[in-house]
Amino acid sequence: MDFRQLKRWFPVFVLPTLVAFCVAFVVPFGMGVWLSFHRFTTVTNARFVGLENYVRALTADTDFLRALGFTALFAAVSILLINVLAFTLALLLTRPRRGQNLLRSVFFMPNLIGGIVLGYVFSLLINGVLGLWGVDITYAAKYGFWGLVLLNVWQLAGYMMVIYIAGLQNIPGSLLEAAAIDGASAATTLWRVKLPLVMPAITICTFLTLTNAFKLFDQNLALTAGAPEGKTRMLALDIYQTFYGRAGWQGVGQAKAVLFFLLVAALAAIQLRLTRSREVDA
Amino acid sequence: MKASKRIWAVLLTVAILATLSLTLTGCGRKDDTVTVRYLNFKPEIAGKYQELAELYEKQTGVRVIVETAANNTYEQTLAAKMATDEAPTLFQINGPRGYANWADYCADLSKTQLYQHLTDKSLAVTAGDKVVGIPYVVEGYGIVYNKAITDKYFALSGRKTDFASMDEVNSFAKLKALVEDMQARKADLGIQGVFASTSLKTGEDWRWQTHLANLPLYYEFRDGKVDLTDDKATAKVAFRYAQQFKNIFDLYTNNSVTEKSRLGTKTVMDSMAEFALEQCAMVQNGNWAWSQIKDVAGNKVKEENVKYLPIYIGMEGEESQGLAIGTENFYAINAKATEEQQKAAADFIYWMYSSEQGKKYVTEEFGFIAPFDTFGEQDSPTDPLAKEIVAWMNREGVTSVPWNFTLFPSAKFKEDFGASLLKYAQGNKDWDAVVRDMVAGWERESTAATT
Repeated sequence: MDFRQLKRWFPVFVLPTLVAFCVAFVVPFGMGVWLSFHRFTTVTNARFVGLENYVRALTADTDFLRALGFTALFAAVSILLINVLAFTLALLLTRPRRGQNLLRSVFFMPNLIGGIVLGYVFSLLINGVLGLWGVDITYAAKYGFWGLVLLNVWQLAGYMMVIYIAGLQNIPGSLLEAAAIDGASAATTLWRVKLPLVMPAITICTFLTLTNAFKLFDQNLALTAGAPEGKTRMLALDIYQTFYGRAGWQGVGQAKAVLFFLLVAALAAIQLRLTRSREVDA
Repeated sequence: MKASKRIWAVLLTVAILATLSLTLTGCGRKDDTVTVRYLNFKPEIAGKYQELAELYEKQTGVRVIVETAANNTYEQTLAAKMATDEAPTLFQINGPRGYANWADYCADLSKTQLYQHLTDKSLAVTAGDKVVGIPYVVEGYGIVYNKAITDKYFALSGRKTDFASMDEVNSFAKLKALVEDMQARKADLGIQGVFASTSLKTGEDWRWQTHLANLPLYYEFRDGKVDLTDDKATAKVAFRYAQQFKNIFDLYTNNSVTEKSRLGTKTVMDSMAEFALEQCAMVQNGNWAWSQIKDVAGNKVKEENVKYLPIYIGMEGEESQGLAIGTENFYAINAKATEEQQKAAADFIYWMYSSEQGKKYVTEEFGFIAPFDTFGEQDSPTDPLAKEIVAWMNREGVTSVPWNFTLFPSAKFKEDFGASLLKYAQGNKDWDAVVRDMVAGWERESTAATT
């Protein structure tokens, strides 16, 4: 088949996937945006209210902004910790040693556990420890914050480690050998050779940890559910509670969700640009 | 060869598209026969509803489809289902505030047979002249106590109180004296605390931010002669009897199985298990909790020892106060369904609460105390808490406290108040701030939910 013929058949082959994509993704997304400009109980019973929902989302109370602040702080801390830890683990586990595969699997495993279960297990653990001082995770917002960070790091570090391992293994051996012959110390090799060359992996990992931190929901719900007094409520949970918390506020929840989407998309785009610009070729 | 490949490709594509469109339109197929679609609120009796629906179909030929929302997801499920072609024709609202959300969907039920048989018409949810919600079960809550443990206490020597039985405990002052002395003697009684944990985990705190808060607010509305059907009149509260609320709340938390700083992770199930395992003597809850107590593994409480005490909070004349009796469960019929469907739904609920078979299910299988005059004395449920509720309702000279919490402005109000109570219990917030936030929250949420 030459190219022209292939082109003729293109619509036939792409159509099923395109339809599925539209039905499962484009339509719900479009409806979501459309609903954010309406007051509604169900999707078939909506009344247009213009920007009112957006105004209310930002001005009726400080919940959304507070959740945003908390989430941003959480994201910053966990991105840093996860990536440093994951990279360190990757460095350790790319050295030839016994039980390497077993260790890699062990570190990766937490990622396979569902968020609600994990939140529940961690609440038992953390409350067990805090119980020694006669308090629990709901006692102060800082306990909830560090609890969430701990959980997130534990869950994601192994996953990111796998990506870093792949990145490290892709560094050509000849480059490392050349560095060694030139008398580069271990630190110099790390900073000048390894890090620049795993930049693509860093791009992916920061992207994943960033979006993950912002979208965190199950773990938040199961671990603190916002206690004390909503101070550990993250964006996704705030949207959820706005949607179901008051009669007639579904539209506001929807508006918050649209804002949330724009925010995460913008942040991810900026981050991708920043880290991409540092990527080099071997 | 080439041609056959091409034909294959086209055929496969068509097949994929066909399955896709089939699955999509499959949900939209319409039945010609009239059916009743009921979205059930109570997952614990979903199976029984199903049996009843089959029985009804056998007798009348009308199909009843029972769908059940998982625990705590009723509003979500309803919102999702209402937007489909298979919208429920019969559903439920949880009172005036729930009605506000579903106003466009609630048909007028004043002409239905079931409403004619409602014993106390004031229990129904109304909007103007319309009746939009018919209560179908009466429930009650109070302080559940284990008579085996209180009797053990009454048999102790060297007590600080001189009550001979629980019947003498009929005010907050007496309850406090009893509880505090029992707490002091907890080792002799073999318990870890008098009250089960005051579960204040988010989502598990409704016994306090809703049920317990109902009492001071009932007295406030009563003494202020507030017209409860007027949204403006209930848009503000003063929390006038906050001190009384604090009385009982402190009593619960000070004489508990669990220390105050660790209540933020306790669940209702934890509390009920503590009661079932006789680690405590008392727990505040409603008659629906019997199944939870009964089903705890290693349950020690005997059925005949499970009794009710009203929640005394220190009000004047509370000696004649009864349990808090009311309901949050109101049948509503979908106004957007066809007339035939609406009639079919009304016929089904009437049959359920008037025919012999229907009534048998309602009392014996569902365990409902039904508020209709089609039910006689003999048609009441048999579980110990429900029996206690009926006994308290019929007791001479006792006035039940109605469920005014159906007027609480929004779920968010309750969540915020619960979170506030947790901080107070942990010692991180003073009581004045709790009261201030509650009053402000009520007003804010009242205006937020109605605008």
